[in-house]
Amino acid sequence: MLAFTLRRAIQAIGVMIAVGVIAFSMFRFAGDPVNQIVSLDTPAAEREAVRKSLGLDDPVPVQFARYFVNAAQFKFGVSYQFRQPVSNLLMERMPATLELAACATVFAMVFGILMGVYSALRRDTILTKFFQAVSLIGISLPTFLIGILLIYLFSVTLGWLPSFGRGDVVRIGWWTTGLLTLSGLKALIMPSITLGLFQMTLIMRLVRAEMLEVLRTDYIRFARARGLTTRAIHFGHALKNTLVPVITVAGLQFGSVIAFAIITETVFQWPGMGLLFVQAVQNVDIPIMAAYLLMVSLIFVTINLIVDILYTVVDPRLRSTISRPA
Amino acid sequence: MSDAVVPHRVEPSAPRARAGTGWIKRALDSDIFYSFRRSRMTMVAAAVTVLFFLLALFASQLAVQNPFDPAQLQLMNSRISPLWTADGQSPFLLGTDEQGRDVFSAILYGLRISLVVGVLGVIFAGALGITLGLIAGYVGGAVDGLIMRIADVQLTFPAILIALLVNGVAKSVFGNRLDAMSTLAVLVVAIGLSFWVQYARTVRGSVMVEKNKDYVAAAQLIGLPAPKIIFRHVLPNTMGPILVIATINLALAVITEATLSFLGAGMPDTMPSLGTLIRIGNNYLFAGEWWIVAFPGIALAGLILSINLLGDWLRDALNPKLR
Repeated sequence: MLAFTLRRAIQAIGVMIAVGVIAFSMFRFAGDPVNQIVSLDTPAAEREAVRKSLGLDDPVPVQFARYFVNAAQFKFGVSYQFRQPVSNLLMERMPATLELAACATVFAMVFGILMGVYSALRRDTILTKFFQAVSLIGISLPTFLIGILLIYLFSVTLGWLPSFGRGDVVRIGWWTTGLLTLSGLKALIMPSITLGLFQMTLIMRLVRAEMLEVLRTDYIRFARARGLTTRAIHFGHALKNTLVPVITVAGLQFGSVIAFAIITETVFQWPGMGLLFVQAVQNVDIPIMAAYLLMVSLIFVTINLIVDILYTVVDPRLRSTISRPA
Repeated sequence: MSDAVVPHRVEPSAPRARAGTGWIKRALDSDIFYSFRRSRMTMVAAAVTVLFFLLALFASQLAVQNPFDPAQLQLMNSRISPLWTADGQSPFLLGTDEQGRDVFSAILYGLRISLVVGVLGVIFAGALGITLGLIAGYVGGAVDGLIMRIADVQLTFPAILIALLVNGVAKSVFGNRLDAMSTLAVLVVAIGLSFWVQYARTVRGSVMVEKNKDYVAAAQLIGLPAPKIIFRHVLPNTMGPILVIATINLALAVITEATLSFLGAGMPDTMPSLGTLIRIGNNYLFAGEWWIVAFPGIALAGLILSINLLGDWLRDALNPKLR
């Protein structure tokens, strides 16, 4: 168990180093950083001074080591567009993205599980057919189209919900939250649905398939023979056993939810990290792109590591198969 | 799709066509075609997909104007609503946008760009993934380990993120003012680099199975060079799953291109793809000009849905376990 955890941790560190190399090469070699900082008519001597102050004359390995040490302390350089430290910009916008991603995941879990259980238990009702149509749409429609559709329905036509921004936010320390005001909550609804719809479909399909599988097993038949109520069998016995894979998938998907927030944040002009990243790509702001890549990879790798370890804790059967390399 | 799952076919009462009457007969008589005919949804999806490809192919014949040519656009004609509404004007079937661009013509040309980027992206991803997968599977050892490690790492990152990064780096290397054709090439490369992993993994898996079979040993014994064995003998036996992945990836590639263009990191306004059209139209949604965004959106959704349905059917039809 310890060996397994260690090996996974070393692998995770290896991935982070690889991503660090990519981020550094983007930062260093994609375009000349000096040109981005000085204006066109800066004299050559001044350019040289800037070059020196950035340490661009040092050998590449030295530069890489410095970039790495700085990145480990969350210093990612200065944004070309905003002339502000990238880490400040990211920290300012992180709460918005994390809050949105969390709400989307909760939405996806709740509705995905409910719809999945219903369509497994009542297989041929109209509602089940409707859920299946929704799931086909959730997989086929691009995220931004869903967002536009929701805006057209609920903002333009009905005027119920705001079409952009976070509404009023409350500041708690360095964290800002929209969960404590009415306008903040209203602003969260459509972006969460847009972002969570794909995950919801995924969870619904998974729960349905798992439920159908579990309901065929012997212990469910035995539970029926013991005369337990249908409700106790369905929710106490069957559903409980389907939840392990569901939680795993939801956990692994949290990383891609944050990445897909890029699209949702652009549609709803949500002031999060994703919007910052898109603006950075449009304006070729390499320090922000590199920093965003590092941050998102860190989140991904951490989640993957936790899920991998939890998996073996939850299900002892996996321990022997995973820890022995095939 | 559950309706695509076909029970084992019933032998037709009429005697089968004799062998040697041509590949069309053989194709019409195959299990795949039988399963195709059994699924009405698949036939509709195939018809819609073919229709979209034809529309894109004959865009210049069907369109009333060339939306990429500023000389043909007249501001007099801007913001006309679709033909069937009170303010509709002929020949603008689906209305016009802010610049007097006919929405229907713009969709046809945009469809062409979306499909070109999608198809080329899939081909590029396929070529890259298949080659790396063949090498990894056939050579094995350290080469295999390296390629698959890279694939593992890349698989943890969503394709859209990788495509955005490739796009941003390309912009910074070539300067921010790429012309439309180079942007198209950058998009193809970005999509190719984001989607190669699945091909590589699948091909590697099949090659590891195939390379221990007798026909490979025979080919080695008569002294064929390794590249020839790989491409002429092993590759054809791994094509089934690749076809399925390619179909589903075509839908994903079209979505990715549309998303990049929607985010403003793809095709420029002067040569819009469907995604660009949706981004432009999105700005006029609040002014009540819904048709500028609605019709490109419907076209994109219809295209993706039908390709997805085709891919689902193909996966089930080619899977011998489900027959």
